[in-house]
Amino acid sequence: MDKIFGIYGDALALRAQRLNMLASNIANAATPNYKARDLDFDKAIASLAEGGSPSDSADQNIGYRVPLQPAMDGNTVELSTEQTLFAENAVQYRTTLSFLDGRIGTLRRAIRGE
Amino acid sequence: MANSMNIFDVAGRAMAAQLTRLNTTASNLANARSVASSEAEAFRALKPVFRTHADSADMATVDVERIVQSDTQPKKRHDPTNPMADADGNVWEAGVDEPTEMIEMIETARQYQNNVQVLQTAKSLILETVRMGK
Repeated sequence: MDKIFGIYGDALALRAQRLNMLASNIANAATPNYKARDLDFDKAIASLAEGGSPSDSADQNIGYRVPLQPAMDGNTVELSTEQTLFAENAVQYRTTLSFLDGRIGTLRRAIRGE
Repeated sequence: MANSMNIFDVAGRAMAAQLTRLNTTASNLANARSVASSEAEAFRALKPVFRTHADSADMATVDVERIVQSDTQPKKRHDPTNPMADADGNVWEAGVDEPTEMIEMIETARQYQNNVQVLQTAKSLILETVRMGK
């Protein structure tokens, strides 16, 4: 299975995890002392490509966001940043999904002998 | 790990928390300028206290921990003709700062909308994933 779908399966899981983290940041936009967190996708996927396990690759590349302008209540969620990254990550999730879709289509055609 | 959260719980509970915040703002604005016979009886603005509810390493939603009275002081006004006036002819106006409440209302609406957007995006991504390969 891994050879058929390559890195896309794990990439989709990482994208889904990042989607959850960004959603958590947006949900906590008004919580005092909440520290926004994010997953460094590039580093996580690089560590996967080097043979790391999916959960380790994700956990070791999670960090706290450095706010552009710290708020008085200790909250580090900046909605403009989070919304942009959320939208970007959603598009990248869709992209990975369409790569997988293409791979499945190729296999399907090969099986049918078209 | 029983009842682990998903992205719908995260956004849904955040929306519920924002709605509670909107309710307190509505109560505060409704009671602004209302008068009482003593400082103790006067209305004081209500404020929700938000607290992060973390589930797993990468999921965190928000809950309203409790609702507290703000420390905005009621304003004493001399108005002897008011039926609520005390022996000295003073009434106490509710401790509500209207501009602050209006800003709070707009901010609440924005953050509620953001969570709705998160829900819509997550829903469409999950549906597309379900349809993968069809």
